[in-house]
Formats: sequence, C-alpha cells, structure tokens
Amino acid sequence: MSALALPEAAPRGRSLWRDAGRRFAGNRAAMASVGVLAVIALSALAVPWLSPYSRDAIFWDLMAAPPDLAAWHPFGTDTNGRDLFVRTLHGARISLMVGTVATLVSLVIGVTYGAVAGYLGGKVDALMMRLVDILYALPFLFFVILLMVVFGRSILLIFIALGAVEWLDMARIVRGQALSLKRREFVEAARVLGVPSLVIVRRHIVPNLLGPVVVYATLTVPRVILFESFLSFLGLGVQEPMASWGVLISEGARSIDTAPWLLLFPGACLAATLLALNFIGDGIRDALDPRDR
Amino acid sequence: MLSYALRRLAGAVPTFFVIVAVSFFLVRLAPGGPFDQARRLPPAIEANLQRAYHLDEPILQQFTRYLGGLLRGDFGPSFKYHDFSVTELIWGGLPASLTLGFGAMTIAVLAGIAIGLTAALKRNSRLDHLVMAAAMTGIIVPSFVVAPLLSLVFGIYLRLLPVGGWRGAASAVLPIVTLALPQIATIARLTRASAIETLGSPFVRTARAKGLPDVQVMIRHVLKPALLPVLSYLGPATAGILTGSVVVEQIFGIPGIGRYFVQASLNRDYTLVMGVVVLYASLIILFNLAVDLLYRVLDPKLGRAP
Repeated sequence: MSALALPEAAPRGRSLWRDAGRRFAGNRAAMASVGVLAVIALSALAVPWLSPYSRDAIFWDLMAAPPDLAAWHPFGTDTNGRDLFVRTLHGARISLMVGTVATLVSLVIGVTYGAVAGYLGGKVDALMMRLVDILYALPFLFFVILLMVVFGRSILLIFIALGAVEWLDMARIVRGQALSLKRREFVEAARVLGVPSLVIVRRHIVPNLLGPVVVYATLTVPRVILFESFLSFLGLGVQEPMASWGVLISEGARSIDTAPWLLLFPGACLAATLLALNFIGDGIRDALDPRDR
Repeated sequence: MLSYALRRLAGAVPTFFVIVAVSFFLVRLAPGGPFDQARRLPPAIEANLQRAYHLDEPILQQFTRYLGGLLRGDFGPSFKYHDFSVTELIWGGLPASLTLGFGAMTIAVLAGIAIGLTAALKRNSRLDHLVMAAAMTGIIVPSFVVAPLLSLVFGIYLRLLPVGGWRGAASAVLPIVTLALPQIATIARLTRASAIETLGSPFVRTARAKGLPDVQVMIRHVLKPALLPVLSYLGPATAGILTGSVVVEQIFGIPGIGRYFVQASLNRDYTLVMGVVVLYASLIILFNLAVDLLYRVLDPKLGRAP
C-alpha cells in the first residue's frame, strides 16, 4: 500500500512561493516598505535601549518643548512634559499589536466560516452567506463604539471587536475559493476514501486557499490599525498611561497652534506605517498573481 | 423593475431588524443600570425611575416598545440629557450634519470624476503619476491627521478660514474638504481605472474610427460605462462620510449628530448612542438600496426585466 501511495521523486520545480518571493524582491516600493516597517517595528521593540527615559517620566521644566537632540528628546516633549519619542514608540507597539492580533482573529473566524460554507455548499452555504450579506450592510465602526460604550474600554476588547468585524470579506473570499477547490480531484479522492468533512476542510481546502488569504490579511492590518487610532482619537480606545498613535494624534491636534510637532511625529509614523503596509499588501498580491497587473 | 425594487426593499427589512435587535440587546447586556451613581438612590426613587423609563417591564416588551417607537420616528428618551428625547437631539444635529454630508459627497463625486477622467486621458504622463500618488496618500492619511493640519495651515498660518465653530459658510469649508478628500481620492482611482478600460474597448475604437471628435467620444460613449463602478461605490462612500463626520465634527467643533454621538459614547448615554447607530445604519441601508436600483436602471448588462 505504501509503495503505491508514495509519489515518484519529482524533479525539484520552482514552487509558487519561491517564484512569488523573487517577484516580491523585485518590487522596489514593496521592499522599501518592508524596510520602513522593520525600522518602526524594531525601534518599537528596542525603546528601552534607544532612550533613557520611561514613558511616564515627567520633565517639569520641559512642557511641550520642541525637538532637542542634545538632551535626546528627538521628537520633543508633550504638554505634560513626557518624552514624545518614547511615547510614539510605545504607541507603535500598541498599533502594531492591534493590527496583528485583530487580523489573526479575523483570519480565524473568516477562514473557518468561509471554508465551511463553501465546502458544505447548498442550503447551509446560502444561509451562512445571507447572514454575511446582512452583516455587510452594517456600519461596523459604530457597533464597535457601541461595544466600547457598553463593556468599557479595554485593549483586549479592541482586539476582539476589530477582529470580529473584519472577517466578512475574508469569509467571502475563502468561500469562493473553497467552492472551486471542492470540485478538484484530490478532494474527491479524499472523499471517496471516506475522510470526514471537517478533516477535508482542514487538510485539503484551507492549505490550498492560503494565497488570497495572505494577500487579504496583509491589507487588513493597516485597516485595523487605522480603526484603532480612530477609536483612540475619539477617546474610546486605549487609556492612559498606554498611548496609541490615535491618542497621541488627538493630544497633538489640541495643541497644534503652539506645538505642531506633537501632531506631526505621531501622524507621520501612522501614515508611514499605513502606506508601507498597503504597498506590502499590493506587492504580495502582484507577486502571487502576476496576471492581476 | 418595480417588483425588483419591492423585493429589495423587503430584503432590507430583516437587516434593519437585526440592527435594532443587536444594538438593543447589546445595550441591555451592559453591566450596571443607566442610573447608577456613586451615591445610591433611595429604592422608591429608583423604582420610579425604572417605571418612568419602562425598565421594569419584561425585556421583550421593552424591545417591541422600542421597535414600535422607531417606526413612528421616536427614538425614546435620552438617559443623560433628561429634558430631551433622542429624537430632539438628533433633529438638533441634523442641519449641520446634512450640510457637511451633502457638501462632501457632491464635491467628492464632481472632483473625483474630473480628476479620474483627466488622469485616464493623460495616462502614464507625469500628471497622471502625480495625481495618482496624491490619491494614494489621500486615501491612506486618516482624516484625524488631515483635519488638524488643514486648520493649522488655512486657519492659523494663512488666516483664510475659521478653525472651528459653525457660523456662516466659511466655517463649513474645511470640514467639508476634510470629509471629501479620501472620497475624492477613491473616486478618482475608480474612475481612472474604469475609464482606461472603457477607452480600450472596441466600441470606443469604432466611434473614433467614425471620426467623432474626442469630446463627443468622451461624453457619448465613455462617460456612462466608465461611471458605473463609481455609482456602486457611492454606498460605501456614504458609510465613509458618516464615519468621518464623527471625527470631523469633533475636531472642528460642529454641533452635528457625530459630535453628540461621541459625547454620548463618553457619557455612556445608551439610548442616544443606540439611536445614532440605528439611524446611521438605516441611512446606509437605504442609500445602498437606492444605488442598487439606479445601477440596475443604468447597466444594460443587467437587463431591465426582474
């Protein structure tokens, strides 16, 4: 039996992923974006070594002071006399964490939901997708705010709530892929062999639809980061002493006439991150699907 | 066509119901009552309050009461502004919010289409690249960064426009521009892509071969098919403008619905938050419905028969 099941050792071909990797490396905008993102992420991790100050240390003689490299306040200090450089990098930690975790949550929900709906098909599929259609029409940001109002503001809730509203597109994409995958021969073979549905979904369907899922997930990260900043800007996101970019931007906007750097530095960091993530997402899409260009 | 419209309208009803139900039960799940204070009220007063707001009834009865009220345009009383009903507060904010929303939408559509068409006609020129790079930036830089920057430049440095408040037409300019910018960018990108596609299609080549002047080709043959994707984007654009208005009204201090919404969220004024969510959700559903119907009328491929 085992002799039959073993495939002949194939000549090592160019795999989809290696090809994609090479195309991605040739995309200048995407590679530059990876660099920008790496700098932001690494400095966020290395704050304690980059600056001697803690995020809540107050400099009583330096309230809203402009950037000063000699005293190592490269971004200046905020209206409470705290070092903005340190606070911005701590904000980067939160924003990047929210982006990753909420995207993972949306990934898990969306892939499971879409794969099950697509694989089972028929009435179940119709019902499940009808639900997605209904949810689609809802202005989700408002529901997230409603959630924050009702259950209080906690960072854990932000992770889950943002992930829970971002899975709809993912479910649609995955369902479409699953619908076409389930008619393929290898799935049929598995079914004939008596493999249970759930195992087929897990072992055969999900691994094969990873391409579009990865693309979509990279594009979800900046959206989630933007959402979190939006909530924090309104005062409904993370709370002091934590500071996300949204909080910093909202503080900066209040003192923009006297200390514009309080808005400019966090704003530029947020914009750069969003831009980089979008370029990376586009780059991955073009790398995986060159026809799309 | 009519039967299609009716069917779609009937399809919107369950969506509306889900919205109301989700927001209603979410709010009821909230820990603590709306009248919890640091000092406990005497039980008799608390019972009176509960009765006045119908909180002593079974929850299903409260739900049907709320639903019935909504159908009559009554959003119930505000829990925090004791002398106002939610409907009165929403009416109060409506003029400012409507002005901003309609202004932003009009500018977004007109400017977006004009920019997109220009870029498509001058495809791959320096102008095209410049405009599309600007559009990308416009989409990505969030409105809560753009708004303070605009008020810094035009309000404080140049002193051309007021930085906030709601007095006169000049005070509406910056908020409307802030709201419109990301939508202009998106619409320009959409228009450019679909115009390029249309310009390459056989019927345009035929029109050109017939010797029609460029302007005629644009107006008679390219415009309509190129604008269909823009039309279907108007639904999401409405959602985007409504969401953006929350931030913009907050930044520029405009007495609109969005600002009430934020204040109510921070005050935990459940009924007001719920009212705005229900109102905005219904608006978006209705707008999507209208766009779908219009699309069906305009797109020859979909056919007129139901």
